[in-house]
Amino acid sequence: MSETADKTGQKGDVLVEMHGLRIEGRSDDIWHEIVHGVDVILHRGEVLGLIGESGAGKSTIGLAAMGFARDGCRISGGSIMFDGVDLTKASDESLRQLRGSRIAYVAQSAAAAFNPAHKLIDQYCEAPVQHGIMPRAEAESDAIDLYGRLQLPDPENIGFRYPHQVSGGQLQRAMTAMAMACRPDLIVFDEPTTALDVTTQIEVLSAIRGIVRQFNTAAIYITHDLAVVSQMADRIMVLRHGNLVEEGDTRGMIEDPQKDYTRELLAVRTFRKDLLDEPNAETPLLRVENVSAAYGKSPVLFDVSMDIHRKRTVAVVGESGSGKSTAARVITGLLPPSSGQVYYDGQPLAPDHRKRNKDEKRCLQMIYQMPDTAINPRQRVSSIIGRPLEFYLGMRGADRDARVRELLEMIELDPAEFFDRFPDELSGGQKQRVCIARALAAEPELIICDEVTSALDQLVAEEILKLLQSLQDELGLAYMFITHDLATVRAVADEIVVMLQGEVVEQGPKEQILTPPHHEYTELLLSSVPEMDPDWLDNLLDQRAP
Amino acid sequence: MSQIVKLVAQRLALGLLTLFIISLIIFLCVEMLPGNFSEAILGQAATPETVAAFNRELGLDLPPHERYFTWLFNMVQGDFGRSLASKRELSELLGYRLENTLFLASVAAVIAIPLAVTLGVLAALYRDSFYDRAVNVVTLSSISFPEFFVAYILILILAQNLGWFPAISNINDELGFWEKIYRTALPAFTLTLVCVAHMMRMTRAAIINLLASPYIEMARLKGLRPGRIILKHALPNALAPIINVVVLNMAYLVVGVVLVEVVFVYPGLGQLFVDSVRSRDIPVVQACSLIFAMTYVLLNLLADVLSIMSNPRLLHPR
Repeated sequence: MSETADKTGQKGDVLVEMHGLRIEGRSDDIWHEIVHGVDVILHRGEVLGLIGESGAGKSTIGLAAMGFARDGCRISGGSIMFDGVDLTKASDESLRQLRGSRIAYVAQSAAAAFNPAHKLIDQYCEAPVQHGIMPRAEAESDAIDLYGRLQLPDPENIGFRYPHQVSGGQLQRAMTAMAMACRPDLIVFDEPTTALDVTTQIEVLSAIRGIVRQFNTAAIYITHDLAVVSQMADRIMVLRHGNLVEEGDTRGMIEDPQKDYTRELLAVRTFRKDLLDEPNAETPLLRVENVSAAYGKSPVLFDVSMDIHRKRTVAVVGESGSGKSTAARVITGLLPPSSGQVYYDGQPLAPDHRKRNKDEKRCLQMIYQMPDTAINPRQRVSSIIGRPLEFYLGMRGADRDARVRELLEMIELDPAEFFDRFPDELSGGQKQRVCIARALAAEPELIICDEVTSALDQLVAEEILKLLQSLQDELGLAYMFITHDLATVRAVADEIVVMLQGEVVEQGPKEQILTPPHHEYTELLLSSVPEMDPDWLDNLLDQRAP
Repeated sequence: MSQIVKLVAQRLALGLLTLFIISLIIFLCVEMLPGNFSEAILGQAATPETVAAFNRELGLDLPPHERYFTWLFNMVQGDFGRSLASKRELSELLGYRLENTLFLASVAAVIAIPLAVTLGVLAALYRDSFYDRAVNVVTLSSISFPEFFVAYILILILAQNLGWFPAISNINDELGFWEKIYRTALPAFTLTLVCVAHMMRMTRAAIINLLASPYIEMARLKGLRPGRIILKHALPNALAPIINVVVLNMAYLVVGVVLVEVVFVYPGLGQLFVDSVRSRDIPVVQACSLIFAMTYVLLNLLADVLSIMSNPRLLHPR
């Protein structure tokens, strides 16, 4: 198949036209409308960005462009015209013939969306062979060609590996190749880089954009990250609660948003904490000294040292596998180090948490990434927060309840409303607030925050960061802030520790780390964070080109 | 590959340990059976002196631990001892019976396993349809009846009324292969009816369990046919639980046939076992029990190995 020769129609023809699209989702056997009459138009060769927070209905709309509704959802109204065919009226069989051949899908987590039992190339060849577009041998050589165009290493052989033998960023590109297999008219990209590290994200973004342009494929690009979508899309639709907020071409949207909500999304990550004075020379609250640690026989931390002073925030940044969470496990005593020592307020801490006394445990609390799994779904908010009060401080009865209410007020949740709720009745951000209150209940001096905002929508995440900041000002807490997100680091850190493959590559006060000259790896991390500038990716790729 | 060899070696060693413990338990249980062979053979009228003399002759007067270790030691060398009743070499007697039992179990397995897996796959494909419900009802009813009842019903209908198959499955070495199959048909059907439900329901459940996973959604969005999605995308990932329940049922086919063999007067291990318990023929009882135990251990080992082999992460390490 040649590049774009057999594309019917010109760029500019309407390919997809959804009119008054309504989608319902079922919960507790009642159907609720989740998309309330949205109009979408997509032209051939155009990339449309759908952006919004979770629950905005963006994935649902993206899948509707394939005539597909997830289990528990149904398309309840409107029309979806794809190249002259109304998908809402098409038979299952004709929908099946369109999917994979003329409309393809790229999922968020390639690791989960590839079948673990089959080789990549077998999964690649499935759609073209099953749709009768080309024989297996031709599909295979085509796959190798596409793997090369997507800059996968060793394109001749990578297809003959199983999904678990390939890294996340490579899998995501292999999935893009798979979507491209039948040279579809439309590809739906559903948050394809959300699960990736920033440095990997760049590679995948540039590969996706390159291939889509090369074949003049139309695409719906779904993401919650406005900076990412502004690199990819020609036009952007901002969605909220299943409604369209604003629509416009990318550059205009970024430079001159019309609606408040879009402005809020654009303004996200502008929050900065006030800079503090240099830490005083007193003993650090926590000192990690030359710590090395291993899981079984495989070493993961090498000679890590850091100090955390009272009332300060130390941000530990690095990509997945850099050992930042392991460092937290060593500090809390969950993973005794193989060498080195952790000091608290000048006193050595026992390596194993079981050997630490109650007070040592009380002073050091944790907040986790996933508030959903970090709190017991069968306990009410009052007992989740009340438990550390009983355990560490021996509070009972009315005393305890009064303190729980105080804590709820501190985390800006109305005690009257939330005291008796179950976690199911809370939003993600509210759950994370409860986790914060639970950590505060122990009256700690240091809180370890392990990626506390990465599972949250950006606006919610920002609220959480502001809350943590005001609590620090009020209570004089110290934070160890583990994150892979440099925007978060910019917002909250006093000091920064940059980690790579279990080692500290650079550490120091925020201004020093964030002002050039940077360490080589810090530079790579910093430059990989997408910016709200449609030319950012182009400029970066030009700069990095050898 | 070396990882798999290591795993298999580990399981094998554990299997041997299990067998040793089982041999001890078997010995102790048999030891606790009331009465003994001499009393059973010599009858009510025997004087204590004759019983004692008979015991001495058979070595039954020795202390239990001595008898246990002699038995174990001989067993390891392949000497199963002699039957007390017929004085025949056990290895010879058991060999023939075991062969018959394995023959019956294999015939049943060859019918039951493909049938169960096919029914299960179809039930998953057409889940919640009339077919799905019908298969569930039929297989569940057949498993709910005791096997001897199923056996008698089959005899009544297929042997008595229709006369298609013999009611008594008397086989011997002189018969040709197809004649043997023909005579084994009824007990094999009985066993099939009893064990299909388990395997079929597990196949269905294991596949349906996977249908919500992202790679199945991906397969649907690639526009694949529903049958292909089930067979190519769900089934290979559902193999581990299916293999486990299939192998467990194979073990049942070998070990659980006692009742069925008795009903059809089939000359297998089960019937021998029952006869020997009745006559207190201790060496036979012990040897049979050990063979049954060994079947379980070996088949479970097989299940483990096959489950491991069905996991691409272990089969193709990074």
